Amino acid sequence: MTFYEELRHFADSFGLAAMLLFYFLLCLWPFRPGAKRRINKAAHSIFEDQTDGK
Amino acid sequence: MQIEAALARAGLWFVLLLLSLAVAVTAKDAGFAAHAVIIGIVSFAMIWITAGRFDPVGGGRTFFKMPDSPSQYDDEIVRWGAIATMFWGVVGLLAGVFIASQMAFPWLNVEPYLNFGRLRPLHTSAVIFAFGGNALLATSFYVVQRTCRTQLALPSLARFVFWGYQLFIVLAATGYLLGVTQSKEYAEPEWYVDLWLTIVWVAYLAVFVATLLKRNEPHIYVANWFYLAFIVTIAMLHVVNNLAVPISFLGSRSYSAFSGVQDALTQWWYGHNAVGFFLTAGFLAMMYYFVPKQAERPIYSYRLSIIHFWSLIFLYIWAGPHHLHYTALPDWAQTLGMVFSVMLWMPSWGGMINGLMTLNGAWDKVRTDPIIRMMVMALAFYGMSTFEGPMLSIKSVNSLSHYTDWTIGHVHSGALGWNGMITFACLYYLFPRLWGRERMYSLRMINWHFWLATLGIVFYAASMWVAGITQGLMWREYGPDGYLVNSFADTVAALHPMFIMRMTGGLLYLSGALVMTFNVWMTLAGKLRDEAPMTSPSYDPAKDKPIVGSRPAAHPDSVPAE
Repeated sequence: MTFYEELRHFADSFGLAAMLLFYFLLCLWPFRPGAKRRINKAAHSIFEDQTDGK
Repeated sequence: MQIEAALARAGLWFVLLLLSLAVAVTAKDAGFAAHAVIIGIVSFAMIWITAGRFDPVGGGRTFFKMPDSPSQYDDEIVRWGAIATMFWGVVGLLAGVFIASQMAFPWLNVEPYLNFGRLRPLHTSAVIFAFGGNALLATSFYVVQRTCRTQLALPSLARFVFWGYQLFIVLAATGYLLGVTQSKEYAEPEWYVDLWLTIVWVAYLAVFVATLLKRNEPHIYVANWFYLAFIVTIAMLHVVNNLAVPISFLGSRSYSAFSGVQDALTQWWYGHNAVGFFLTAGFLAMMYYFVPKQAERPIYSYRLSIIHFWSLIFLYIWAGPHHLHYTALPDWAQTLGMVFSVMLWMPSWGGMINGLMTLNGAWDKVRTDPIIRMMVMALAFYGMSTFEGPMLSIKSVNSLSHYTDWTIGHVHSGALGWNGMITFACLYYLFPRLWGRERMYSLRMINWHFWLATLGIVFYAASMWVAGITQGLMWREYGPDGYLVNSFADTVAALHPMFIMRMTGGLLYLSGALVMTFNVWMTLAGKLRDEAPMTSPSYDPAKDKPIVGSRPAAHPDSVPAE
């Protein structure tokens, strides 16, 4: 097999699976136990500074 | 500025002036010489500014309010950027209306500098990179400071980013008129302008990341994720797609590093992700900050915004091949592009729902607040065009729609509806805050702008749907003899009324932007229009009194309740 073929077989098997797994991990990360409080804090963080630094 | 420093700086600009003059004289072609002259003019202006005032922004300092302590946000660049966005927006829309008129009335093609072929990239670059780019620069510097609760890092580099980007725009726009182009859609500027943009863009990344690094807020707010994705991805796309070998050192022409279908695929990998990361990720960043701020409610679901982010990142980059259906591109690559485009529909609608549902419990603001109304319309158009896009990417639909005006209609429902509306809404939010005004000069004019723009998009999109389907059906119509029924000129003649309607839509949209320009001008001048508020509870003084006598006299017209 040429280097190109090795690469593309890796890309459509383990590479693809790894990427999919990584994607699901990233999406599930905000749902980990104890994340709710942090998420709420983050969503409200833009309202803390109302004076525009003055 | 010290006099020695000023002299040294003026000397440097003088050397650059001499260099550019030398280049202008020895250049291989007129376009390159013209650009050298532009650099010369900029250098000359810089000498004059440096020597004359010892301070490049002396007059602007008071108007643009440079911060004088670290306890203030550095909004000078944001102010410049907001004004530049307005300016380039009007220029870009004007160019758009003009080329739309050229389609309807071909005698408007003024050869050679103002023909359709040269003005079209001027229009697209002006609205995408000049209007959209300045909006992204300004809002990213505004948002990153507020969400990180820190002053902008590397302030001089930030100023270089802004002015360097304006120079890029001027070089690109003048280049198109002079015929300097490498013929790649949305990447028309030639090699030396591309190199300049690369320098500016890396500086932009440095300013943004340095500000994130010195943040005082532990969490990086999701809007910044979208801005960062936009900056990083555009850098990658720009560098790879513009890999080219210049023919000569002092000439404007170059050859692409790729050839044939590889070149086409690289171009559309770039082209579609310019849409995905410039016009979508960047503007979603604006949405995720300004919609919650204007609605005064946190984003509907912060978790959904994170899923939205990662889904866009993982899916968008594969969708480019749908621009090359039924071409020399391998079939599997076309199918891959189609499948990923269809999958993109879900995260896009997730984002739209997230934005719209932020107004949950505050829907009355759509009626009372014209800025919220614009944001809601922008999100609605984001939803509509991200449904239409996946549909058009399906091969069987694409066989009808490809190369027709349907594509143009689709692009404009996204660009005018989503990018334009969300930018206008954010600018209306920003202008009074940046200049310390109570509110915009007139809220009713925002409402006028809203309706002019909406009506303009309806005219534009509807006429292009009809035009595109007409075109597609006429192109594929066979007679019983097995020959095509229509010539190309037949289809052009059939579309003439649609071209006029499209031009009308563009005119309406432009007039909305002109109303905004006036509104912004008066706001910056410190005026407030004396006008009736958008809504007020009804009050009838005639009824506001006690009943006299023991019981009310029966009214002759009164009808007893059933």
